[in-house]
Amino acid sequence: MTEPNTLGGLIGGALIGLAALLLLALNGRIAGISGILGGLITSTGRGDRFWRCAFIFGLLAGAGLYALTCGGLPLELQARGPTLLVAGLLVGVGTRLGSGCTSGHGVCGLARRSPRSLLATMIFMVAAALTVFLTRHIF
Amino acid sequence: MAQIAVAFAVGIIFAFGLAVSEMINPARVIGFLDVAGRWDPTLLLVMAGALAVTVPIFPLILRRSKPILAAQFSLPTKTRLDPPLVTGAVIFGAGWGLAGFCPGPALAALASGSPSVILFVIAMLVGQWLASRFETR
Repeated sequence: MTEPNTLGGLIGGALIGLAALLLLALNGRIAGISGILGGLITSTGRGDRFWRCAFIFGLLAGAGLYALTCGGLPLELQARGPTLLVAGLLVGVGTRLGSGCTSGHGVCGLARRSPRSLLATMIFMVAAALTVFLTRHIF
Repeated sequence: MAQIAVAFAVGIIFAFGLAVSEMINPARVIGFLDVAGRWDPTLLLVMAGALAVTVPIFPLILRRSKPILAAQFSLPTKTRLDPPLVTGAVIFGAGWGLAGFCPGPALAALASGSPSVILFVIAMLVGQWLASRFETR
């Protein structure tokens, strides 16, 4: 687990990039997962809800397909119960308030040369690394 | 209808990217964020792989007057570096570091049926809803 997954990382990253390209070129949408999900909360109109749900079902179907064809999903949880609950809440509040997550700011926003996305990406990377440092090495 | 099919197909490709790169696995993500431990650069390679595709090609797509299937591009309209952006990024980062899950991998990992992942996703939805209550429109 500690060996870097060099080839998988690059190929997987390119697939994520390809997905973002297709969604922008065809549908004119940004492939930011928190935005696609969050749009369901405040969305108006059935057409808008449909594509958001279709994308999320696609995510689930893709992961399921991978599990079936490649012998399961690599999944080692790093937190349990209350910590997961708090983490989920923070991720939800933070991505809504900050207008995006790793995919929206990190992959799409940087490609659009958005200063907001560059700032957000640097901040959430540092905040996350600091959180890991505090929880794994201090407390 | 075509746009719905595209969204579904793009979701599948995205999930394969997350699985192949193991970004669906919180252990990989924490390994990257743990700079004081045995640092795992995989997440950096994933970003590099993704940006190698999006950075050169996004501008070419956005030069078109409209996307292929939709009437117009739906892009973020905010441009100011405002306090909510900074606060939100800090809060998101804290949550990401606690569990090693960001929204994409968490949703894809739902396919495992793990109750822990389901709990995380429900909490994430509640968080998004709570924050949306405070938005001024």
